[in-house]
Amino acid sequence: MPSPLTGVATDLKFRDPAKARELSAAVVRLCADIGRDPITLMHVCGSHEQAIAKYGLRSNFPPALDVIMGPGCPVCVTDLPEVDEAVALAEQGVRVVTYGDMLRVPGTARSLLEAQADGGAVDVIYSASQAVDLAWAHPGQEVVFFATGFETTAVATAALALRPELPPNLSILSAHKYILPAMEIVAQMPATRVEGFLAAGHAATITGWGLFEPFVERYRLPVVVAGFEPLDILAGLVKLLELVRDGRAEVANAFPRCVTREGNRNAQEQLWRVFETVGGIWRGIAHIPDGNLRLREEFAGLDARRRFTIDLAHFGTDAPAALTQQCICGTIMAGSASPFDCALFGKECLPDMPVGACMVSSEGTCRIWHTYGGRPKL
Amino acid sequence: MCLGVPGRVLEVRGPVAIVDFWGVKRETRLDVVDEPVEAGDWILNHVGYAIRKIPASEVGETLALYEQLLQESGIDLMSADVRSELEATAPSGSGDA
Ligand code: SF4
Repeated sequence: MPSPLTGVATDLKFRDPAKARELSAAVVRLCADIGRDPITLMHVCGSHEQAIAKYGLRSNFPPALDVIMGPGCPVCVTDLPEVDEAVALAEQGVRVVTYGDMLRVPGTARSLLEAQADGGAVDVIYSASQAVDLAWAHPGQEVVFFATGFETTAVATAALALRPELPPNLSILSAHKYILPAMEIVAQMPATRVEGFLAAGHAATITGWGLFEPFVERYRLPVVVAGFEPLDILAGLVKLLELVRDGRAEVANAFPRCVTREGNRNAQEQLWRVFETVGGIWRGIAHIPDGNLRLREEFAGLDARRRFTIDLAHFGTDAPAALTQQCICGTIMAGSASPFDCALFGKECLPDMPVGACMVSSEGTCRIWHTYGGRPKL
Repeated sequence: MCLGVPGRVLEVRGPVAIVDFWGVKRETRLDVVDEPVEAGDWILNHVGYAIRKIPASEVGETLALYEQLLQESGIDLMSADVRSELEATAPSGSGDA
């Protein structure tokens, strides 16, 4: 057996190499104790995948351990018709503002970037507040905030919607997603065989780790909340493997310096005052009951879907381009394939000319593996 | 998109805090954070909003990762994420209060 973590400890600037070695040895020992091959653990966060790939953590996992990324990229799961709505609005002369990753995500006929190239007004923002600023700056034009992201980001949209004074020309097109119902769907997929979930620390900062208790109860799968530093991730995996070994379906918090059981109640209160869950298709994966967040009736005045008649008929139902049909992004996010299983990965599909959304978004598995070299061959 | 970025509060002006991010003064909204925030506190900023107060005892742990990431090029996905979180804060004095 290679000595755990030799490469990582020296190359990757762990602040505490001894601790890293100890945790890595524990991962190896626990996998041996469990004795199954493969042992599949899933995380659901682009930042986790970035850190795992960037710091080469997989190169120190035993071959039996498969740590995979599930549907943790909100941009990637945004469905074609949702992109089409934003494109149609831009074509109608509405100013569409959105987070940067959304620009190149393909719709049925085109992306927002292509709509922009054809003269549509499309702006990239980094913060929900910048949508408000842009609406004040363009009083003669309708401004639509095409809002994407999981609950952590949806909270900012909710806080915006609750501001006492908003520009009258601002509305919200919500493509926000709620991760927990997607975990439930993936947990039930026979092809996936996930034995435990690593939950994203900062999302749990908002929701609290208590959110996962009913999930654990129902699906008999352990969940561990983990932070984003390489050491935090290793510590989270060790805890998760311990729970798997002992057959304990429990929630554990391996990120206590940021996450409590209750979470940020103020944020939750704002989130659920503004949004309610509704079922919707997550691109390439499945219909996820309660997986989307839409504005509640009280916020109808702010809802772009009610303010505008959005006509998607002209996009047609033509079959997507031949290359797009080969994209297996959805299967990757469902946990039963890796980017290496896609014939286009790193060839026809590259960050500069992405075929699928998983190569567009910096949180997509394909983009992350292309950047950092993906899973080392063991 | 999930990392957020930590900063130290210099001043609170109603719903907005003036925050020092590695020597750069920016504005962060305080609508979402669930504890009172005052000058000297550390907060974690995500898409322009403080999502939690970071206890002083834990700041060192939190800062280390970011300091390493900020030294890297913008091509790196994690450093690009941290940079866009900084872009998400308003320039100090933009009057968004
Ligand atoms: S490499 Fe490109 S085409 Fe293949 S699954 Fe990933 S995003 Fe889709």
